[in-house]
Amino acid sequence: MSHLVLIPILIPLLAGALSLVSWRSLLLQRWIAVVATGLLLLVSIGLLQLTREEGFVVMHVGGWAAPFGITIVADLLSAIMIVMTGVIGFTIAIYSMAMTPERHERFGYYPLMHLLLAGVSGAFLTGDIFNLYVWFEVMLLASFALLTLGGERAQMEGAIKYVTLNLFSSAIFLSAIGLVYGTVGTLNMADLAYKLGQVEHSGMVNVLALMFMVAFGIKAAAFPLFFWLPASYHTPLVGISALFAGLLTKVGVYALYRFFTLIFNGDVDYTHNILLWGAGLTMVSGVLGAAAQFEFRRLLSFHIVSQIGYMILGLALFTPLAIIGGIFVIVHNIVVKTNLFLVSGLVYRLLGSYDLKKLGGVYRHRPGIALLFLVSALSLAGLPPLSGFVAKFLLIRAGLEVGAWTVTGVALLVSVITLYSMLKIWAEVFWKPVPEGVNTERLTGEKPDSQLWLLLLPIAGLAACAVLIGVNGQPIYEVLEAAAEQLLNPALYIEAVLGDQP
Amino acid sequence: MIDKKSGVVKANTVILHTAALFLLPLQILFSVFLLLRGHDEPGGGFIAGLVASGAVVLYLFAHGVESTRRIMRFDPRDILGLGLLFGVISGLIAPFMGEPFFTAQWWTLYLGAETEIKLSTVLLFDIGVYFAVLGTILTVVVSLTEAEE
Repeated sequence: MSHLVLIPILIPLLAGALSLVSWRSLLLQRWIAVVATGLLLLVSIGLLQLTREEGFVVMHVGGWAAPFGITIVADLLSAIMIVMTGVIGFTIAIYSMAMTPERHERFGYYPLMHLLLAGVSGAFLTGDIFNLYVWFEVMLLASFALLTLGGERAQMEGAIKYVTLNLFSSAIFLSAIGLVYGTVGTLNMADLAYKLGQVEHSGMVNVLALMFMVAFGIKAAAFPLFFWLPASYHTPLVGISALFAGLLTKVGVYALYRFFTLIFNGDVDYTHNILLWGAGLTMVSGVLGAAAQFEFRRLLSFHIVSQIGYMILGLALFTPLAIIGGIFVIVHNIVVKTNLFLVSGLVYRLLGSYDLKKLGGVYRHRPGIALLFLVSALSLAGLPPLSGFVAKFLLIRAGLEVGAWTVTGVALLVSVITLYSMLKIWAEVFWKPVPEGVNTERLTGEKPDSQLWLLLLPIAGLAACAVLIGVNGQPIYEVLEAAAEQLLNPALYIEAVLGDQP
Repeated sequence: MIDKKSGVVKANTVILHTAALFLLPLQILFSVFLLLRGHDEPGGGFIAGLVASGAVVLYLFAHGVESTRRIMRFDPRDILGLGLLFGVISGLIAPFMGEPFFTAQWWTLYLGAETEIKLSTVLLFDIGVYFAVLGTILTVVVSLTEAEE
């Protein structure tokens, strides 16, 4: 049943085309989104199950065998990422039903959302570096349009930075692909890994590695070119912010994991040392940037950057335990970060602002929402028994085992500052009394809001995920352990794709 | 000449008016020819879609939006969505024949003694591209013209 591996890409593509055809009926589009993302989630779980049994699921599209055709490959890491795509897509589809103004829906909100999901799934599943570039572009194209949907001034300003930096990164990526093709004459990842293993390790390979590192680093919002993210993520609709926060940067991180375990693993001392520096600086600069913010979503955006540092840290340490920890951070962060954005949107709906100074009193009137926020926020900071604790525990332990004292210390320190940031939000939004002059009709329930459950449902679901991931650390650890084993044995991947060929 | 009410320039020359009327069917026919020829010679869905939209846009310049909408019968957005749908569906047929997705499927129709027509999913995909290109360009041009008026 290798067909299953392409279905996560086809579902959003088909759903996008269907919702374009039914542009007359917004209701139909909303339901297509919910059904399609729900299906995506189910299929992705099936795919994860299949990869656990078989190790790798490979399909040569159009019957053209590797390395000539485009190969679609799912290993455990890809399958896990696809499951997360399904989870986030499904929650955002439900959340969007209540939070998207009709004007945005009329301008293609749902078709673009499906296109974005197709791009993300494609990037996770492809086994060809040029095809990866194409999926990146599909994803970016959709994100450009979603980012500017509505056409407000702040959106345009953010979008300019976003578009410029991402196009720059795409240009580097494309040039690197060209140079790789010139050097070894193949674009298939498995074939590339095999052939780069054969050639003598010269300076050229390291140059290529660095070009890919810079390109993916920009897309992942790693130090030093991360500023496009906090400049743009707080401007679009909150559903879109949450979708971006959950998935987009993680595609960059996934690409780093794929390239620097499978393809560029010849000179680990050199490449992974640079990654280690990048990880440390990303963590620190993100969290320090957040400390100065008083806008709910901007503050969270800076935390995305700092969390990216943890993910890269796992890759940079390059031991089995560190890779497990790194993937754990990715999974946990996708859930928690998206949820924090969703909460910020809910609070906006209740009190009409994203400015921390104009918010307050949520705990007094709606303790349930406060609890849901607290679960996600404390999980992000890494308190037990929530998901973030397990993730950070694994990473720190891996760091200590290798003896990377400095960066481990930095990671611990950054956790403390993250906690400080989260407590700042808690104190400002939930704890302090409502500031004067703020309309509290919706908060106290004087003005009933019949669609509020559509917002609460996804938030509660994701918060439950954060708790479950934390409590069920052991079974998840086992899956991730197998994933890390696959990543650290590139020969398995090469054999799965190329078969018995040399 | 300039329309006094809206201040929009309207090219109401007799030559353009008449030429657009005659060129429209010719250009559409030519686009279909390009589409079918494209399988192994220069042509194909993309270029054919451009030619077809060129025809409609010329008609639009000469006769205005309302008249163009009337002769198109379908909303451009429908054409666009339909094109995308065709494109995706063309890849979904192969697995039912036991082959990987997007593998080209061929069917030959025999018409009489020595005539045969080869139908394929490749053609379906090309038709999808044709409609997608046509739909996109017409959506853009029609909305821009309507915004101006």
